[in-house]
Amino acid sequence: MTTLAQAPTEVAAPVKATRTGDRHHRGALRWVVLVGCAVIAVLMLAPFVLMLINAFKSPADYSTHGPLSLPTNLYFTGLTKFWTTVDFPVKLWNSIWTSAAVSVLGTGLSLLTAYAIGVGRVRGRAWLVAVFLLANMLPQEVLLYPLYTMAQKVGLNNSGWSIVIIFTVIQSAFGTYLLASVLGTFPKALLEAAALDGANSWRVLWRVVFPIVRPTLAVLMIFFFIWTWNEFFIPLVMLTTPASQTVPIALSSLQGDRLLDVPTLNAGALVSLLPTLLFFLFFQRTLTRGVTAGAVK
Amino acid sequence: MSVQTPRVHRAARRRQAVYWLYLLPGVIALTAVIIVPFGLNVFYSLHRWKGGLSPMHWYGFGNYTDLLHDAAFWSSFRNSVWMIVAMVIVPTLIGLILAAVLFDYIGKNVGNRTASFLRATYYLPQIMPVAVAGIVWNWIFNAETGSLNAMLHSIGVAHPPNWLGSPSTALPAVMLVLVWIQIGYPTVIFMSALQRVDPELYEAAELDGAGWFRRFRAITIPQIKPETFVITLTCTIAALKVFAPIYVLTRGGPELSTLVPSYYSFLNFFDKSKVGYGAAVATVLTLVIVVVAAVIQLLQNRSARRDEEGVR
Repeated sequence: MTTLAQAPTEVAAPVKATRTGDRHHRGALRWVVLVGCAVIAVLMLAPFVLMLINAFKSPADYSTHGPLSLPTNLYFTGLTKFWTTVDFPVKLWNSIWTSAAVSVLGTGLSLLTAYAIGVGRVRGRAWLVAVFLLANMLPQEVLLYPLYTMAQKVGLNNSGWSIVIIFTVIQSAFGTYLLASVLGTFPKALLEAAALDGANSWRVLWRVVFPIVRPTLAVLMIFFFIWTWNEFFIPLVMLTTPASQTVPIALSSLQGDRLLDVPTLNAGALVSLLPTLLFFLFFQRTLTRGVTAGAVK
Repeated sequence: MSVQTPRVHRAARRRQAVYWLYLLPGVIALTAVIIVPFGLNVFYSLHRWKGGLSPMHWYGFGNYTDLLHDAAFWSSFRNSVWMIVAMVIVPTLIGLILAAVLFDYIGKNVGNRTASFLRATYYLPQIMPVAVAGIVWNWIFNAETGSLNAMLHSIGVAHPPNWLGSPSTALPAVMLVLVWIQIGYPTVIFMSALQRVDPELYEAAELDGAGWFRRFRAITIPQIKPETFVITLTCTIAALKVFAPIYVLTRGGPELSTLVPSYYSFLNFFDKSKVGYGAAVATVLTLVIVVVAAVIQLLQNRSARRDEEGVR
């Protein structure tokens, strides 16, 4: 941070400096600023690095050399212990299918509603958008207990489907808000041309609107997937049996376990992080585009 | 519109009516999963209820008046203010500086690839499941086996604190984790906002002899105002709602030092079996969120209007 504080004053001071002098000055400063940014990057990565070097230590190695040393030799028992005690493949599959279902269903639902609001310009659309926005803003606590009792009544407690239904609606509330503003500025000429050709609204949606907003839909799908994957609060309450739980819940259930050694905990955290990390590396560009799409409105 | 004959008008109305069909699935889903549960929660909050099959007793606004005398409730909202500091104020300021430095300096003087690599690094904690972040930080802060105290020991601190275990350090430790999680979000948004700014503005300012800091203050900050409002709004709501980091790091303790409203309502629902009371906490939290969001939105509209008038 100190380098960042220095940067403005040092550049700002020689206002009347000659061009060459200024450039020379920047040459040295360049490295100072770069090192500053790199230090922050290292601090951001430090927890990941600590997790990595402690995931492969034996408990004995950990207790003698502490958390900061490199492992003396690679020890995979922590990893396999975590894998089998939490029955990891089951949790992984639960996370994958619920997140995938929410991302597809949520995007579809968002598209239908946003089509009616943005292209159909239904009456009272301003209110509708406000309701959807409000729905997304609500704290989950205010829905939790009723949803919990409702799920019990229809027999969906302890089922991934409860997660799919709830998050399809919550995420699509955001999706509707975002897509409605995108579709509100949809080129009129295209819609009129399609109407002249005698296309009905269903055809217009799939032949005209859908191909054009496909990139935005892809971004929404990726976000819905990641958000659902990371969801904690509602899955924690809804999924009480181990067979139905998702990866984050399985991981946090280990926490209170006194018998568990630190390397196993780190191995578990590492394994739980890997799918997200791969997803991140794969979709990095789309993700940054998506964060921005959500912000610009 | 007024020139249109009633016939055309009716035809347009009929064309529009089709779109209600598209609205149907969304509205039904919204009603079933959000509106009805929200209504039920308010209904619960007017009762004394242990949950499940136990009988409900009408209590009117009793739960709400009880809240007024509940020290834990007040301290949970006091902690919400600290959550806003850790999730909105500090990350936005750091993100603003990082974005400006990455975009304006690293991007131009070192290379765009370095800038986007650093941006990805800062964003990484944003995509990791909070449960993973919580587990790892919980261990880093652990008094006996954690790496932070191991580090402090190695530089000669004999008695480092029990970070998450003592009431005086738990809140700052939680705040540190939240800052770490949040930094990437404003950084990424501000960087894309800066791409939107016309480079000619900067060139003109540079020709007039304005240094980096002058340009930052006179051009960057006003130009990215819309994004600043969006970040403030979304992060403030997130800060008021925060649950998972508290659950995995401290469970509101020690001695309520990190209690937040959402965790307090969870606690009442499941640990204390005071469902009505928990529902009242959740309703109050919702009310606070809606009011805060409305105020931020109002400020944004007013500022946008002022800017427009200023241009004229």
